Amino acid sequence: MRSIRRKHVFAVVAVAAIAAAFGVTAATVRAGSGMPSSIGKGEGRLNLIEWTAYSDPSFANKFQKLTGCKIHRQDAGSSGEMFALMHANGGGGGGQYDLVSASGDASLRLIYAHDVKPVNIKLIPSWKNFLPAFKSPPHNTVKGVHYGVSVQWGPNTLIYNTKKVKPAPKNWSLIYSKKYAGHVTIPNNPIQIADAALYLKKTKPSLGIKDPYELTQAQLNATVKLLKRQKANLKRFWNYAPDEEASFKNGDVWLGAGWPYQTLQLQAAHFPVKEIVPVPTTGWADTWMLASKAPHPNCAYQWMKYVTTPKVEAKQALVFGETPVNPLACKYMNKMKKGSCKGYHLNEPSSYYKKIKFWKTPIPQCGWTKSQSCTDYKAWEQAWTQVKG
Amino acid sequence: MAVDAGALEAGSPLRRARLHVSGFLWRRRWVKALALLMPPLAVFLIVYIGALAALVVSAFWTANSFTATIEHTWTLANYRLIFSTSQPYLHIAAVTLGIAAAVTLTDAVLAFPLAFFMARLAGPRTRVALFVMVLLPLWASYLVRVYAWQTMLAHDGSINWWLNKLGLPDQGLLYTNWAVWIVLSYVWLPFMVLPVYAALERIPDSYLEASADLGARGFKTLRSVILPLALPGLVAGSIFTFALTLGDYITPLLVGGTDSQFIGNVVYDFVGQADIPFAAAFATIPMLVMGVYLLIARRLGAFEAL
Repeated sequence: MRSIRRKHVFAVVAVAAIAAAFGVTAATVRAGSGMPSSIGKGEGRLNLIEWTAYSDPSFANKFQKLTGCKIHRQDAGSSGEMFALMHANGGGGGGQYDLVSASGDASLRLIYAHDVKPVNIKLIPSWKNFLPAFKSPPHNTVKGVHYGVSVQWGPNTLIYNTKKVKPAPKNWSLIYSKKYAGHVTIPNNPIQIADAALYLKKTKPSLGIKDPYELTQAQLNATVKLLKRQKANLKRFWNYAPDEEASFKNGDVWLGAGWPYQTLQLQAAHFPVKEIVPVPTTGWADTWMLASKAPHPNCAYQWMKYVTTPKVEAKQALVFGETPVNPLACKYMNKMKKGSCKGYHLNEPSSYYKKIKFWKTPIPQCGWTKSQSCTDYKAWEQAWTQVKG
Repeated sequence: MAVDAGALEAGSPLRRARLHVSGFLWRRRWVKALALLMPPLAVFLIVYIGALAALVVSAFWTANSFTATIEHTWTLANYRLIFSTSQPYLHIAAVTLGIAAAVTLTDAVLAFPLAFFMARLAGPRTRVALFVMVLLPLWASYLVRVYAWQTMLAHDGSINWWLNKLGLPDQGLLYTNWAVWIVLSYVWLPFMVLPVYAALERIPDSYLEASADLGARGFKTLRSVILPLALPGLVAGSIFTFALTLGDYITPLLVGGTDSQFIGNVVYDFVGQADIPFAAAFATIPMLVMGVYLLIARRLGAFEAL
């Protein structure tokens, strides 16, 4: 008798739980695919997965004071690590994380894995002032739905030692040639395949490469072949930005692919380096994306609103060594550091942004052939392992 | 104190309870043993063996290529990829094993004379001084020491400076497998010196005297008496140096070049790519290698020397 009754109780509880779950789901669906129409009161806490210093105290402390949202940070060392953190514990940030500062090589993956959810862009007032290239970029906006708000970007640049590399390089071809064999470095990142594809697009038109992030198997194979040949000229693959700086400083590396950040750091240390932004080049752009199980959505929206305001954009750009998406930040940048708006390419004409191919996660869906014939990110990762092996 | 003494007076309830418990434990010894062993045993079984079991099991699953969700269907696909000759994984495993073997051999050659001097020739003061010198590097972070080697091995580093002083040409040591070999040999050397020292110290003087009495010269004594008796110590030390090198991934990352991928680096990459099953599958390779290694080491008597 007793056990049967217990079963009964259990069944009743289970039914009630399922009903409650359905009820909740129905409610959120009714509220317009879960997007809020206004920002409510903060929950007192905000959990971020971020690139180191993306919520630097120099601007985050004021946010905490203004909103009462206490920031808890989880630093990530790579895009893969960010994706893994967001995808752990059932995905969607595991009910723990609210926002992730994903770069373009992870953002589409997060969207298709349902780890992030749509964001009501109307709640971010600065958005209308953004550079057009970052309002609805393909790496964070799918079919007109925004999965986050762009925050900062930067071009991939060619850094070179002015004493060793003469004459100054004009384009990327030098890192694929034998001229400086044994003194070249490139990032240890599968997305580097796109750089090689962009180079092949120009030098080998017969391959028919249209988009460096949308490669067919044959195009990917040709790119891998180029990268394998390039490997013989490389001193090393760099993993962390300070690591690349060290290779330049200790004289082992003379030229390589990097970011404006490394160039400025090396120049600040009075090391003789310069950088060029070859045309065309690749670039990265970061997005604060909202976790689909974000436990503090109001604080998250307040953060997205705050970090895109011109003054904060300027501060973050100078702390991290990158470029704001909000051009109104220009005058604040110049006020904080003379000439920095130009130094970080925020004053370029709109044609400039068309020359930069921003990181985008490779997916099977090819935009230019309208078919599923493209290689996905997994294939890129495997190809990258092949290149390094 | 006074309160305590009062509580323990004969007839007080607390004292009676204590006597009851201790009597029970005395009558049933196994309960005592179980209570004592339970916590460490539970930790060992759940945390240690449990994690290993999860690793071995997930090696036979796969991760969805785009969403990275783990698909719980049994497959050998990961192992097929590892052992495929068109893939780089066998080469990476070979590089790792090769450097682990080279580091072990180097440490054995360096540690033996040092340990011999410490155990049998040095006076007490010199011995203490040498011990401190061997152990001192372990007090500084591993990372700091690897970075120190980075600056020494660099193109504009101190090693090339000395080579130039001696009239020799620059060596591009940093970012090569040579650098990985040198740094790992340095980092793990203390783990070889200590067991070899312990083994050499245990050899009774009378054995060496007997060897001399029978007409053996120094070299013959070394070969026929000292080395066989020191072998368990060498093997015990090699377990550390070999296993630690096999599992390392930071040194290759910081001082290695384009051909310095270790098994650990691939595992790290795949964890970052959220492909845990493949990472697990590749991680079982060093586990298997170490298993075989330990079996051989036991045959050679290494575990009596620890």
